[in-house]
Parts: sequence; C-alpha cells; structure tokens
Amino acid sequence: MTARIGVVTFPGSLDDRDAQRAIRLAGAQPIALWHGDTALRGVDAVILPGGFSYGDYLRGGAIARFAPVMETLVDAAKGGLPVLGICNGFQILCESHLLPGALTRNAHLHFRRRSQRLRVENTTSAFTGHFDAGQEIVIPVKNGEGRFVADERTLDALEAEGRVVVRYVDGNPSGAMRDIAGISNAAGNVVGMMPHPEHAVEALTGPSVDGLGLFTSVIAHLGQTAVGAGSS
Amino acid sequence: MARVLVDVMLKPEILDPQGEAVANALPRLGVNGITSVRIGKRIELEFEGEPDLDQARAVADALLANPVIETFTVYVDDTAEAAETGEESPA
Amino acid sequence: MTGIHEADRAENTFDELDTVDVASKTPDEHQPYAELGLRDDEYAKIRDILGRRPTGSELAMYSIMWSEHCSYKSSKVHLKKFSEKNPRTDRMLAGIGENAGVVQITDDLAVTFKVESHNHPSYVEPHQGAATGVGGIVRDILAMGARPVAVMDALRFGDAEHPDTKRVLPGVVSGISFYGNCLGLPNIGGEVVFDPSYQGNPLVNALSVGVLPVTRLQNKNASGVGNVVVLLGQKTGKDGIGGVSVLASATFEDGDTDNRPSVQVGDPFIEKLLIESCLEMYDAELVVGIQDLGGAGLTCALSETAAAAGMGMYVDLDRVPLREASMEAHEVLASESQERMLLIVAPEKLDDVLAVAAKWGVLATAIGQVTAPTSEGGGRLIINWHGQTVVDCPPGSLADDGPIYNRPMKEPNDRALIAADRAETLPRPSTDDELRATVLRMAGSPNLADKTWITEQYDNMVGGNTALSMPDDAGVLRLDNSGTVGSGPIGIALSTDGNGRFTRLDPYTGAQLALAEAYRNVAVTGATPIAASDCLNFGSPEDPHVMWQFAQAVEGLAEGCAQLNIPITGGNVSFYNQTGMTAIHPTPVVAVLGVLDDVRRRVPMGFTNDGDVIVLLGETYAELSGSEWAWSQHAHLGGIPPAVDLAGEQALAAVMKRAAEVEHVSAAHDLSDGGLAQALVESVLRNRVGARIKLPDHADPFVWLFAESTARALVCIPRGHEKAFGALCEEHDVPWTPLGIVDSSAGGIEVVDHFAISTAELAEASEGTLPGLFG
Repeated sequence: MTARIGVVTFPGSLDDRDAQRAIRLAGAQPIALWHGDTALRGVDAVILPGGFSYGDYLRGGAIARFAPVMETLVDAAKGGLPVLGICNGFQILCESHLLPGALTRNAHLHFRRRSQRLRVENTTSAFTGHFDAGQEIVIPVKNGEGRFVADERTLDALEAEGRVVVRYVDGNPSGAMRDIAGISNAAGNVVGMMPHPEHAVEALTGPSVDGLGLFTSVIAHLGQTAVGAGSS
Repeated sequence: MARVLVDVMLKPEILDPQGEAVANALPRLGVNGITSVRIGKRIELEFEGEPDLDQARAVADALLANPVIETFTVYVDDTAEAAETGEESPA
Repeated sequence: MTGIHEADRAENTFDELDTVDVASKTPDEHQPYAELGLRDDEYAKIRDILGRRPTGSELAMYSIMWSEHCSYKSSKVHLKKFSEKNPRTDRMLAGIGENAGVVQITDDLAVTFKVESHNHPSYVEPHQGAATGVGGIVRDILAMGARPVAVMDALRFGDAEHPDTKRVLPGVVSGISFYGNCLGLPNIGGEVVFDPSYQGNPLVNALSVGVLPVTRLQNKNASGVGNVVVLLGQKTGKDGIGGVSVLASATFEDGDTDNRPSVQVGDPFIEKLLIESCLEMYDAELVVGIQDLGGAGLTCALSETAAAAGMGMYVDLDRVPLREASMEAHEVLASESQERMLLIVAPEKLDDVLAVAAKWGVLATAIGQVTAPTSEGGGRLIINWHGQTVVDCPPGSLADDGPIYNRPMKEPNDRALIAADRAETLPRPSTDDELRATVLRMAGSPNLADKTWITEQYDNMVGGNTALSMPDDAGVLRLDNSGTVGSGPIGIALSTDGNGRFTRLDPYTGAQLALAEAYRNVAVTGATPIAASDCLNFGSPEDPHVMWQFAQAVEGLAEGCAQLNIPITGGNVSFYNQTGMTAIHPTPVVAVLGVLDDVRRRVPMGFTNDGDVIVLLGETYAELSGSEWAWSQHAHLGGIPPAVDLAGEQALAAVMKRAAEVEHVSAAHDLSDGGLAQALVESVLRNRVGARIKLPDHADPFVWLFAESTARALVCIPRGHEKAFGALCEEHDVPWTPLGIVDSSAGGIEVVDHFAISTAELAEASEGTLPGLFG
C-alpha cells in the first residue's frame, strides 16, 4: 500500500507544492491538508512546508502554531506520527514546543539563499534512515530567520542524545548555534530542519538529488512500523 | 484609556544582530557615548472594558513573546493625557 | 510641490462637499488645476467635456489620468510605431494596452510577461519603493488570468562608492527580496549596473512572468449591465496619494527628500492571498472582468474597465473599506494602497466570489455596478459619496482621451563631437602584464564583479521549476501547471538587458543593442525567442534632446523587433528620470521571452568538463567605444557603439537552438560587457574549472579580450561533437573560432603565450567587490 504523506498549507505557505512533488518522486502519495481543518485524513506522516505562513507576522510560525490542524497534529506527533518541519515548518514545530529551541534572525541580517553542504549525523530518525552516519549532502537553504538558538543545557542535551540530525559544514549560513541545521525530538519521529530537501530532488532544478533521501527514508520507516498512527 | 502595553525583548543572552547593527551606525551620526543597543517589540492591546493585566500576561506568554528566547513586561498605558490632547505619533 | 490634499486646504474649496450639483451652480469657482499639473487648455477641455466646471473629485481624477504616468501623453505618438511595425502573429492573445502581453505557446498554454518601472519611489524609500514595484507588476500578470511564476529585476544605481548608493542599493535589494520571496516567486535573473548618470535617479525595473491555460485569459472589460463591481484586497488608506501626478510627472531637485508621504507600503502576504483567491475565482469562472489597482488606484481601475467595455458605471464610494476614517472622496479615488484588484462579477456569482475571498481571508466588497451606455455612445461614470454625486463623467474621457503631446525634439548638438571622440584611440594595455592586470581590475570593477551579495538575497527556486537562474544568461523555467512531474518538458527563457552608455552614444543603435543582447541571452540557452517587452527609462520629455533620444530609441526598437520577427507585447515608459538639468543616460531595457521545446536540453553557462573544446562564435572587431573597458579604465564615453548585426544574432540563435537539441554543446555564455575576457572569467568562476585558451595568430590580444562586438557567444563542445558542430555553424553562416579547451589543470585562465590567472585570484578580485562596498 502506498504511504500517504500529508502536506499542510497555511495562508502564506510556499513550498507546499514542492513538498508534494518530492513525496511523489519518492514513491508515496501526497495528501493536501488545510490549516483550517483539524482532520489529518488518515495520513501516515506529515510535512510542515517552507514559506511565510501568516507573512511571518510577529515571529515565523508564531501564528500558524495555533491553527486548528496543529491541535490534532501535536497530539499525533506525541503519539509517534512522523512529522518533518522544513524551514517555516521547523519554526512552527519549535513554537509548538514539539522541538526545543527557537529560530531567530540570521546574524548577518540578510535573507540568504545558497546550496549548503550538510552532514547527516543522526540516521535513526524517521526521516534519515537512508543516509550513512556522517554522510555529506548538498541541500539549498533559503531564509532570513534560520539561526537556531537554545540555552547551553538544551544544546548539550541535543548533542549528547544524538538529536542533531543535520549540521552545517563548509560554512554556516545563519550563525546557528553549534552549526545546527536540523534536530529531532527524543523519540526521533519529529524532525525540524532549516534546509529544503524538497528543492534537491531533481537534477534539472536542484544542486543535487540528495534531498530525496529524507522522503524515501520516511516511506521505508513507515513500511517497518505500524501504519495508521495518524488517524483523524 | 483601556490600553495595555506589552514590551517584548530578546533575553539578554540572545545575540541581537539588529541592535548591534544600529549601535555600529551611531558613530556615523556623531554619537559616541552609547555602548549597547537592543531592539524589541512594543505591542498595544486595546480592551473593550477595563484592562485585564492577567489576561494580557497570558496572551503575552502564549503568543506575543516566545519564552524560549524572549521576556516581556506588561503594563497599563497611562499616557491617557497625551492621547486626549490629540497629539499623534507619526503615522 | 503640492499634492491634492494640500491644494484643497490652500484654496478652501472643499469645506462643503463639492458635488456635481454644486459645480454646475458655481462655474466661476477658482480651481487649483495648475498645481495639480493641468495646463490651461487641458482644464478648458475638461469643462468642455463636462459642460460645467469639474467637481474637486473630478478634477483630481482628470489630473491623475491625464498625467504623464497614466496618459502617456508624451510617448503615445512614438509608441504607435510598435503597433505599426510589430510582426503579425496569431500567437499574441493580448498585446500593447492590456495589463500585460499574452503569448500562446502550446494549444493549451499561454505565457504572460511584462517589465515595468518603479524608479522614483525607489529613490525616496528604497525598500518599499522596490517592494511595491514587484507587487505592482505581479498584479498585472495576475490580472491576465495567470499564475505568476517568476520575477526578474533590472537595477541601475549611481556610482558604487557614492554614499547615496549605499543608502539606496541595500534597501532596493531587501525590498525585492522581501516582497518576491514572501510571494513565493523565484527571482530568476536580472542586471545590476552602476553609473554616475543614475545617481539621483536609480532605475528599478521589475519583470514578472505568469502561465495560464488559454481558456482562462482574462480581460479588463466592465461588460454586462447590472454586473457587480467588487473591490478585493487591502483596505484603502492614504498611501501614495498624489504619487502618480506628483512624483512621476516631476523631476527631483537636488537633495529633495520631502516626498515621503506619497510612498506606498506593501504587504506581500496579502498579495499571496490575493493571487490564490483570484486564481480560484478564475478556475470557477466567477469573474467577467478584472483589473489591478496600481498607479492612480480606483480612479484608473474604474475608468479603464468602464471605458474598455464602452459601458458606464455607478459606484457608491462609501462602500470602499477604509483604513482611516477621515478620508475625503478624492483621497479614496487617488489612493495607491497596494494589493487591491477590481472585479466585475455577474450578480448570480457574487456570493461565490465573496465565499472564495472569505476562504482566503481577503476582503471583498461590492461597491457598484455596470450601467448601460447612453444614447450618445459610451457610458457615464457616476460616483456617489455621502449620498451625493461627486463624479459624473464619461469614463472614456479619463482613460482614452487624455492629451496627446507632440513634444519638440532636437538632436543634441554634441553628438558629432562625442562620436568623434573614439575609445579606440585611447592608451591600451600592451604588455602581457598590463593585459593580465586589466583583466583582473575589470573583473573586480563594480559592473563586472560577482553579484552574489545581491542575488543570494533572492529565493530562485521556490516552485521547484527553475532550470536556470543567475548567473546564467537567461532564467529558464519548466512549465509545470499541473503540479505533477513529467507533465510536459516545455520551458520558457527570459532575459532583461539594457545599455545606457551605448544608448547615450546613439539611441537608435543603443535600443537595438539592448534588444539584441536580450535576444542573444535567451538564444544561448537553446531557447527560441518569441516576444519582447520594453521598459523605457528617460529624462524629462520637456527636454527636446531627451524627446529626440526617446523617438530614436523607439524607432530602433520597433525596427529591430520587426527584423527579428518578435513582437513587443507590452511595456512601460518612465519619464522624468532627471535631477535638475541632468537627465540619465537614455536607458531602454528590453526583456525577451523564449521557448524551449524540451527544457531538459537547456544550456547552462560555465566550464564543466575537462576536454570540452571552447569555441568563439561570431566576429570580433576593434569596437571599444562605449565599452566597459573604456569606462572602467579611462572613465571615457565617446565614439560610436558596436555595430548591430541582427541577421548574425538570428543565425547564432539558430545554431544554438539546434546544438542544444542534439547536445552538441555542453555550456554557452554570451559575450557582452567586458567582452571575451569577462566571459572567460565568469565561465571559469562558475564551477571553478579552468581553461587553456590560445588566441588566433592574427588576433590583437587587447581587441580580442575587451572589444564588445555583438552576435558572439563562447561555447563548450564535448569532444567528438566538434565536426558536427562546425558543420552546423557553416550551414548557418556563423563564424566559429576554436579557442582552446576546458582544462581544470590550468588552475584558472591560461591565455597561452600571454598570461595566466589562477582561479583564486579571479575569485578574490571578482567576489570581494560588492561585499566590500555594501557589507
């Protein structure tokens, strides 16, 4: 049975279509989820895509986090539903406290878009099983508020527990602490990352096809675990 | 005035690159005695009835500030006089 | 400089509401028409049209619609040439005069694109000026029924080191970044030029392109008596009041920064919602006509939609949602609040329209209806405010019957002198060391330096269809209107180009050179150029020299398009780019659109594979006048520009198209500013892969490195394809000169027997300049 992966559209979401394309290319069925509906439509995993939900008003993700769909999603995530937050999606996960820390304005104060080298450090999360530990990949980053911050205790815990999923190498595009590009929750089913894997899935348009691995990983992960954890 | 003001600032340990950029620009205006600039947000909450500070605090904690990186203060707006005399801040 | 509001207060004519009734009874009331930019004869004409004096609101509307920016009164007589000389094609579904031109590219799909200026606001408030420039052009694309899919920007600033450039450039870039990124539109290319000529008058020309099913083409006709007029989007406030007639029809005095209140403030998030809601309405066929509100706001939208359909309109202005309670009728009519569209909706579809708007959180308000034309033909635009009629006029008189000026033209007297002052006789670098040093110095000069500091502030990939973007020669997008992969590998290519120096030397030639460069940039990606849009940036039309430049440039562009067989589908004129007596270099910017049958075959720029043969296509002549070398090394502008060779450009394009299709070419780069040297520098730096070049024995190294002869490209041919490629060139009569090979072991550029420059040195020179200037 083809895995069904939901992609939430908030007002102002921009990379939702790209996430849907990536899911399709990886071999699963994308399901469009609307911010205003609490229903998750029985999906097996959810992507919170990039963009400027609510215009990034107040703080990126600050308002989206109160959308009706998030009530259901937070519970489902706590229950083990795989959730990947990309860029604005990562911001929403932090604002929802599904992940620790926060994303702040880039240290150099500019929006920065570049192809970024990352090291995959955690291959046990729901979204990184298809990579080798320490594997370097090239994924685009494009954001103005991508600097991950957390207090020392939290950062140390993330490192000690192996919850830094991807780390910037060859330069840090935002000034993120400890060069952290993406993290997971303790259970490994919720991952947030600033880089955009959905923009590295086709040779025609991306700097690599390394991003596909995040989507194929979760499909494989679903194949190995009980399906239907995300029932509405 | 049934107005409550909320000041939101980044926690002192959080890097404020905007504040730093502004601080670095001050010498260009000939100002040299300012050692630090930090930038936050001021939010104005207009209540229908009497201002409810507890509610304002709850709103600030849940939405207006991100407690991971920000602190806030909540207080009643007592600049009622200025408002009544029709002095407006620039649009 | 008075805006409408100040003039009102000064004359004290608006204590009571100035209704049609009052106006008919007070014919001798003095009206401040001169302060609003109207001439005596124009005011008289208005009285004649109305049969009485205009009300204050009507006077405001006429002053706006008859201003240069809206009526094109100085340019109309010349722009006619485009319509006259445009090649006939049945692919053009909408052309000059519409919100944007629309070109059909398959049985089912059409593309709409246009380039437009937002110069003056960007000088006053760079961030918001540039941002709202993007917003405006995107709405034009949306109004044609298209989903906007990309933007581009052509920027011209003063001297790179000047303090005011440091004020303007970062703001303009952040504004474009802020608005375009938030809309989810990839920025796929553009240009950045520095020249003192633009110091007090930076140019911000924004392009947008959109895709639509042919069946979804929209128009701006307010047709159908009884149809409802709906205002969609932002509330109306005091943004940009008088901006159109105050800012765009007047020049800046030195040091003048007092025009702040007139600048509009943009909200891209609302525009994103506007886009989604309009597209949903189009797909459900809920809309009869649509017009975006841009310069001149409601005044323009109401009069143009009514006039386009030959109908009348009744509007209850009190229904317009306002951001500020205390606005007067003429302020509501003149407001340039952003992110608003005017819809014409059949009454039975109104509820659905309101529901779609509500779903997306966009304000939608019925403000009036379409009325029948009168027996004399055409309708009346009747606008009520506070229960009384304040406007009652023929909409056509506002939209179509503006003044037409035949401004005096005079060739500048210094032309012959300037033409005789040729750059070809300037001292040249002659030793290998001097040549090497010149290549490095030019690579680091602001116009040629790496622009990443700017372009990495733009999202170039949102939407997932960007096949090429800066620093490639053209932006290339896969057309993917269904959201599924493999639904069709068609691609479109776009480039915007202009050259103020060449145009200053010879406006007719300069305009053609801009067209040729954009055409060539599209062609080297393997695409077939099919249409063009123009943004004409000039000084004051009251200056006969400027008018002469304008007429020449339009003539050159029109004839060039006719020769190249690509029509101008629409464009924009920006006059009054002038500070005091000094006009900018006349700067026509041309955008060319091309089509790729298979976007996967698009050709990128940059040396990639060791062993590829490097070939120079075209002929090189000793043409240095107006060049980047002459300017950056000698601060010299004189002589005559390089010769235009449109037949050569077409032949080159034919070769590139075929070569791309059968993969005879792995990379290609057009030659333009900085000549061959710059093309080599950029080709090496792209992928950090070097090359070994040997200039032909007969070649003068200086000329070959720095001349800016046209119709040339630098291409890389995979080993084994050289013969076939050579035959292709012979077939099309394109001169081709093998220059060397791609060779990473060269460690940079090696010009055999002359000099070598390492990649590291090139990178340091090229990539340090902009960060060094702007942080």
